[in-house]
Formats: sequence, structure tokens, C-alpha cells
Amino acid sequence: MMDYDSLLNRRIKAVPPSGIRKFFDLLEEMPDALSLGIGEPDFVTPWHIRNAGIYSLEKGYTKYTPNKGLGELRRQISKYLSRRFELSYDPLKQIIVTVGGSEGLDLAMRCILEPDDEVIVPTPSFVCYGPLASMSMGKPVYVETKVENEFRLTPEELRAAITPKTKALVLPYPCNPTGGIMEKKDLEAIAEVLRDTNILVISDEIYCELTYGGEGHVSIASIPGMYERTLLVNGFSKAYSMTGWRMGYLCGPEALISEIVKLHQYGIMSAPTVSQYAAIEAMKNGDDDIRKMQEEYDGRRRFLLQGFREMGLECFEPKGAFYMFPCIKSTGMTSEEFCTEFLKAEQVAVIPGSAFGPGGEGFVRCCYAASMRDLAEALKRMKRFIESLKTEE
Amino acid sequence: MEKLLQLLESDCSLTTKQLAAMIGTSEAMVQESIKAYEEQNVILGYKAVVDWDRVKREGVTALIEVKVEPQQGDGFDRVAERIYQYEEVESCYLMSGDFDMTVIISGKSLREVALFVSQKLSAIDEVKATATHFILKKYKENHLIFQKPEKQKEEFIFV
Repeated sequence: MMDYDSLLNRRIKAVPPSGIRKFFDLLEEMPDALSLGIGEPDFVTPWHIRNAGIYSLEKGYTKYTPNKGLGELRRQISKYLSRRFELSYDPLKQIIVTVGGSEGLDLAMRCILEPDDEVIVPTPSFVCYGPLASMSMGKPVYVETKVENEFRLTPEELRAAITPKTKALVLPYPCNPTGGIMEKKDLEAIAEVLRDTNILVISDEIYCELTYGGEGHVSIASIPGMYERTLLVNGFSKAYSMTGWRMGYLCGPEALISEIVKLHQYGIMSAPTVSQYAAIEAMKNGDDDIRKMQEEYDGRRRFLLQGFREMGLECFEPKGAFYMFPCIKSTGMTSEEFCTEFLKAEQVAVIPGSAFGPGGEGFVRCCYAASMRDLAEALKRMKRFIESLKTEE
Repeated sequence: MEKLLQLLESDCSLTTKQLAAMIGTSEAMVQESIKAYEEQNVILGYKAVVDWDRVKREGVTALIEVKVEPQQGDGFDRVAERIYQYEEVESCYLMSGDFDMTVIISGKSLREVALFVSQKLSAIDEVKATATHFILKKYKENHLIFQKPEKQKEEFIFV
């Protein structure tokens, strides 16, 4: 008889499964529900990118690539980061192609964390940061960002969270689920706090191409003094609608990347070859696709924002990613109650803000990477739902 | 308001309210702009793209290459006018290259199209020659694909 309990790593076992499992079980029973739940672009990958993948298969490019990824892809990533964000990374020594941005985050944590090292994670944010830190033997320290600060991380909040054990700060902007962004001045204030420390920034910039209005995304690595203390995590999923291709990359100081390569090389070998060829095409000829999709999301964003506000829901105007994060406190329900009841009553799936860590309670995440038709229908049903709550009172 | 035209061109079933929200302007402003565009003939009309095969309506569409002897003074415009006034003509374009005009027509049957070409189109003095190509299958029209693409089965992932 196997004793799995004593077999399993206690740290792994201690990581709780996703907090809204119950909600997802319910959702799975309603395959026809209108979903604003999944955080994924609704566009199919542009054809010329898909075609590049198909072409690579036709040519028989089915072998491993170098551990760090195809040289041409790393050169293209380097060029892209330079033309879009004024960043300079050596394709030979400072860039590694990963299996999605997620692998990049995992590698970043694993290469620096030792038992009980602390990682500061602003929340509400994507669900993986804390668990990844825990599974790398570290300890997440959650810092709750506030709607009144447009969900930015403030220098005061950061300063208060730093201890002698702090090894890294995760900077998840543009932010899933809040839609918050950090502008240049905000990043400069964060840089001011970090410059004299030995704290690494793990900057998750996967939504960098999806910002609305303003100056566009600024990478913290481009702020003076931050380049040498930043690991930049990015990928192709959101910008090019390539979630299923699992293509990401990690850039940073050579001293870190050379160690990270070991984790990747022994754990993964190399990212999928077909996806890398598609990614080269995306980087070379995909700027226009990005622009078109961004414009499309922007229209939907404005439409949904107006709809929420018209039905009396307080909603911060998101400036990035493709999520709306309205406040549902006025209904008197918890976010999980709200989502469960809304799903049951109107068959529309939105995600409880509580799933995204401290500060998420009282909000729900609605992904607007859906057709205008679905968004209009979802708004109609939400309005009906909210009005039904009022009559019950 | 070029944005408004772009949005309408891709989907004219969007309501003025939706359009206003998407552009970030007032509904009144959108209504006013649309009215102006209609008056100035910037917006010519609104139509659904129909796949008649799905309702089993018999019909044929042909693309006709037309060689034309242009008239003194009027160039091709006068000839084009004499062609496009026919109800059957769906589209009519002046072309560069080996022939002068493309005329697209729809009819109930091959015979109906043939009659149009022989009796109406070829009867126009300036029309020197025609070549009729029947459309066998429509794949895509106005950015719309006739065969609904198969969708990846959605299974839940939490992201």
C-alpha cells in the first residue's frame, strides 16, 4: 500500500487548488452559458501566422531547436522589444524562448527563490504568481492595490511590504483582472523604492500590446536603473491571439538568463518548434494584426463600460488588458454569490474577483474578448439580473 | 468619424447606441453623422450577405469580362451606365488589363444569364466582346466566409 501522503512534497500539497473550483464545476454543467469568463482572445490566430506554422511542418522542420529557441526568433524578439519599448537585449545571451509566459514566470521564481524568500505580489492579479512562488519554496506576500488608485501599486504600499527576506516583486501590468496599468511616472516611483535594494522585478508584460488611450505601455526595464534588476516576461498569446501555441519569452541580465537556461534545458529542452516558426512570422509581419485587434477590443471596452455604468454598477475604466472589473458591492452579495446566482439565473459566466487574491472581493471579472453580439446580450441579462435583485429587496 | 464608417462597414447591425459607446461619442452625434453620410452618398445602403445555397434557392451568378469601344468624350462612363442600369447587374467595374469592364450578374438559370449576355449586353453598340464565367461556389464575400469555420471545442481552463 502506497502512502501518498508522506510521498508528496508538503509545499506542493499545501498549495490550495483554485479557490473557485465550485463555481467552475457549476459552469461545466452549463455548456451553453454565455461566457465572459475565460481570459483568452476570441480571435483565431491570424492566417499568415498559422500558415507559417503549417509551412514549417510541410518543410519537415520537426526537430528540437536550440534550448534558448531559434536564433532567428530571438533576433526578432530583440528587434521587437527595441522598436516597441526601447529595450535592448542581446539575442544570444539575454533572451530565452519559453513555453508560454507562464513558464517564464515559473523559471523566474525557481531560479532565485530559496526556502521562505519573499515575493511581493500586488493583487488582485492573475492567479498563478503566489502558487508559483510557494511551489518554488518561496513565500508570496500579497499587497492589495486599491480601486481609488486605479489598481496601481503605489511606492508606499511597496515600501511597507519589503522585508529583509524580500527577493522579488512581481509587477503584473497591464493587469489581469483589473485592467489597471502603470504609467511611466508610476514606474519611476516604484523604481525609486527599488534602486538601492537587491530586489528583482519579475515584470509580467503579457498584455503590453493591449492598452487604451494614453502613451501605450512602458516597460519598467526601460526606467533608468531598472534594466539590471528586471526579468521581463512576455509572450505571443494575447497580442497575436496565440494562446494555444504556448509561446513566450523571458529577457534579462545575462547572469540570470544563463542560470535560467539550465532549468529550461533540463526541464523542457526547447519550446515547440512549429510554434517558434509561427512566432517568427508574428514578430516580422504581425504589427498590423495587433493594431486591428487592439482597436476592436477598445470598442468593446467602451461599450461594456458604458453599459455597466448605465445599470448603476461602479466601474473603474480599465486602461489595459481585456477585462472589466465592476464593483458589485451595491448588490450586498459576495462576488462568489453574485457570480453563482447570475450564472444560475441568466446563464452568463463572469469570474468572482475573490479568485484573484486580496482586494478582489466585491468585484467581478468580465472578459470582453467576446463578440459585440455576446457582449450586448450579456449586458442585457446582467441588467435584468441586477433589477431583479432590487425588486427582491 | 472614419471609425464610424469602418464599424458600419464591418457590421451595420450595430445599434447607434453601441456605435456611440464604441467610438466614445454621443448617440445623437452618431445619428447625425450617419444621416449626413447617407445624404452625401458616402453610405450607399445596408444589406445582409445571404448564402442562398443554404435555403436551396436555385440561381447562378456569372462574372462577365467585357471589351468595350469607348465613346468620344464620355469615355467608359456612358457605356457603363447603359450596362449597370439593368436590374440583373449586381456589380459593374472598370478594369485595367486585358479587358475593360467586369460585370457580375445573377439570374435564375444558365439560360437567363445567357439571354442577358446575348440579347442585352452584346446588343450594346460599344460592347465589342464578352467572356462569361460562371461562379461555381462562393467561399467568401465581403470578408464573410460562407462555410462556418469549425470552432475548437471549448473546455475550461482558468486563466
